[in-house]
Amino acid sequence: MKKLSARRRHPLAALVVLLLALAATGGLYAAFAPADKAQADVAAQSLAIDEGKKLFAVGCSSCHGLNGQGSSAGPSLVGVGSASVDFQVGTGRMPAQQPGAQVPSKQNIYSQAEIDQLAAFVASLGPGPVTPTKEQYTSTNPDDISKGGELFRTNCAQCHNFAGQGGALTKGKYAPSLEGADAKHIYEAMQTGPQNMPSFPDTTMPEEQKKQIVAFVRHTNSDEPNPGGLTLGSLGPVTEGLFGWIFGLGTLIAVAIWVAAHTTKAKKS
Amino acid sequence: MSSASSTTSGATKPASTRANPANKWEAAADWTDGRLGIYSLAKANLRKIFPDHWSFMLGEICLYTFIIIILTGVYLTLFFKPSMGEVIYNGSYVPLKGISMSEAYASTLDISFEVRGGLLIRQIHHWAALVFVAAMLVHMMRVFFTGAFRKPREVNWVFGFLLLVLGMFDGFFGYSLPDDLLSGTGIRFMEGAILAVPVIGTYIQMFLYGGEFPGHDIIPRFFTIHVLLIPGIMLGLLVAHLILVFYHKHTQWAGPGKTEKNVVGMPLMPVYMAKAGGFFFLVFGLIAVISAIASINPIWAYGPYRPDQVSTDAQPDWYMGFSEGLIRVMPGWEISLWGHTLNLGVFVPLMIFPLVLVAIAVYPFIEGWITGDKREHHILDRPRNAPVRTALGAAWISLYLVLLIGGGNDLFATHLHLSLNDITYFVRIGFFVVPVITFIVTKRWCLGLQRRDKEKVLHGRETGVIKRLPHGEFVEVHAQLPQKDLYKLTAHEQVQPVQLPAQTDENGVAGKAGIFTRTRAKLSRGFYGEGSQIPKPTAEEHHEITSGHGHH
Repeated sequence: MKKLSARRRHPLAALVVLLLALAATGGLYAAFAPADKAQADVAAQSLAIDEGKKLFAVGCSSCHGLNGQGSSAGPSLVGVGSASVDFQVGTGRMPAQQPGAQVPSKQNIYSQAEIDQLAAFVASLGPGPVTPTKEQYTSTNPDDISKGGELFRTNCAQCHNFAGQGGALTKGKYAPSLEGADAKHIYEAMQTGPQNMPSFPDTTMPEEQKKQIVAFVRHTNSDEPNPGGLTLGSLGPVTEGLFGWIFGLGTLIAVAIWVAAHTTKAKKS
Repeated sequence: MSSASSTTSGATKPASTRANPANKWEAAADWTDGRLGIYSLAKANLRKIFPDHWSFMLGEICLYTFIIIILTGVYLTLFFKPSMGEVIYNGSYVPLKGISMSEAYASTLDISFEVRGGLLIRQIHHWAALVFVAAMLVHMMRVFFTGAFRKPREVNWVFGFLLLVLGMFDGFFGYSLPDDLLSGTGIRFMEGAILAVPVIGTYIQMFLYGGEFPGHDIIPRFFTIHVLLIPGIMLGLLVAHLILVFYHKHTQWAGPGKTEKNVVGMPLMPVYMAKAGGFFFLVFGLIAVISAIASINPIWAYGPYRPDQVSTDAQPDWYMGFSEGLIRVMPGWEISLWGHTLNLGVFVPLMIFPLVLVAIAVYPFIEGWITGDKREHHILDRPRNAPVRTALGAAWISLYLVLLIGGGNDLFATHLHLSLNDITYFVRIGFFVVPVITFIVTKRWCLGLQRRDKEKVLHGRETGVIKRLPHGEFVEVHAQLPQKDLYKLTAHEQVQPVQLPAQTDENGVAGKAGIFTRTRAKLSRGFYGEGSQIPKPTAEEHHEITSGHGHH
């Protein structure tokens, strides 16, 4: 040790230490570096982020800012996660057509690949809910429908109605109809709580329950015929009353007029 | 035809026991007559005359739907279990499998999915109930606008009104029975309304629900009220209503040969037996068709009631919709008094609810008081010839409709892309303003129609034939109305406003009429004064114009 210690002020000592440090770093890197495939992923990911950033600059930045920091016209997107982007852009809600009480869904103009790139860019701004995989929102257990129904009536029906037909909120806002909604989008809406909807993160509503709710909504919206005949919109007694007045009493009065108009002729003398 | 004549002679002597009936049918009829006196009953009533008009059949729709409701209701009671005992569903409706629910709800699901024909019968029962109450309301409006409630029919008007109110409440109780998420919300709302009543509210709530909401008593109690108590009262009122219709004889429209002392029409047997019987089957058939194609109260979609759940679009059936409107648009005011909260947001609507109904019910008595008319009326008024009455009725309907909009404010908001808050404010203002506007517009409309009638009587109808006179002027040729039409347009009598008694008595001492007399005179002027009716054309006016030369 003394020998080594004596040479610690040798002019080349620093060089040796540097070489040792470099060797250690390289060795550690060689030991811990991800495999080749992962390296390619990172490249793809950063490519997606770059592409997404370009798409974002064109379609989103006028309201959300060039770096998604938000402005007076749109909220900050830091931390909203890829699931949010996938929902908002996938259902055509974003980019918004015009400001208003609520942004409605419309024809989506982006391909899924472009949406994924946008999502990758926004996800890179800060951690947030991640786009679910097919296994997460596809139920295979038939019991899930009834369990999902109970959860739906507890958590969703007060705004979306018992059959997912949607309903009114204050000042022109509304809970949209779930008819024809994609399973993935229903799941993402629960994850992220878009617009006026509260969010149901996994800490409040576990993944399994979200899956059950999706199963119930998909079943309710399926093409299976309603046992009672026409649903009249599944909107409760208001449409039933309207139907009863117009087609029930209205037709009966028409029939009464017809019966009264056809009578035995009194003999005129 | 000797048998026919012997039957007639038999009819003159009820309780006859003739020696030689012609066949076994006659023998059976004789046997019945000897015990029930059917011959004299039949003689008195089978040839009863009824006038012919479609609007006189609105009451028939009520009667027939009531019969349909009773028939289908009996079938439903065979399978319905009015119990709040908890069971786990294991029937054929997959989306509710394994869910815990009350027996009432489970048995309604079984009626819908397991009982043969159960769902159809349930839907017929419910559709018929909606149409029943709607038909009662329209029937009542027919009676109102034609003045058919005047003496001697005021009591029958009240019977009819009670039938309407009882029908509404029985409908509400029936809607509550399945214990689904929608109706449970309604029962919960009712509890809140009861609790909002000062002092006695909490006691009534505990008495009715047998404890805290929801308890185990409310469904069985509603069941008894729904199938026994209210239908029993309604049946009694219905019979009394019909007996009075027979006793008073039916009203009729003015026309040649029709007077206050006769009824012009056709006999019950055979004409109205056939028409009414046929109409019953038409009503039943149409309700059955509607029930077969359109779903009503899909309780399987609502799910079982749980106090922690609720769905939007939670509305009562339409006839309770105006009370829903009252509660939805009333601001949520509260005042605290001596440590107690008075919930005006619920209590005020609860008090206005009966007032809306009573307002129309008491009208015949108010009109009778104002006119002081003690004569019997069997000839109907055309609505235009009673402008203030018609305008008041229209104002009442507009108020009802405004409240219905309030009751369905969420659906108006979503389907017309409006703001829920704007609709609520519209209803709050409209509650006071719309009936006034409707009153003014309807009254002017009636007066306009009276003027039109007058012109038609005096100048005839426009023929569409244009004539060119020698000096170049174009005129349209008017044709005199036939005598029959002239009579119809001028048959109505015009009430003159009551005059205040002389301000001084026979001794010249100034006296002042009492407040009631003065109010009555003022109202009478409002109802029948100059601004409220157009003097109808007299025979002299008509003669003068028609005997003149040329055109006018």
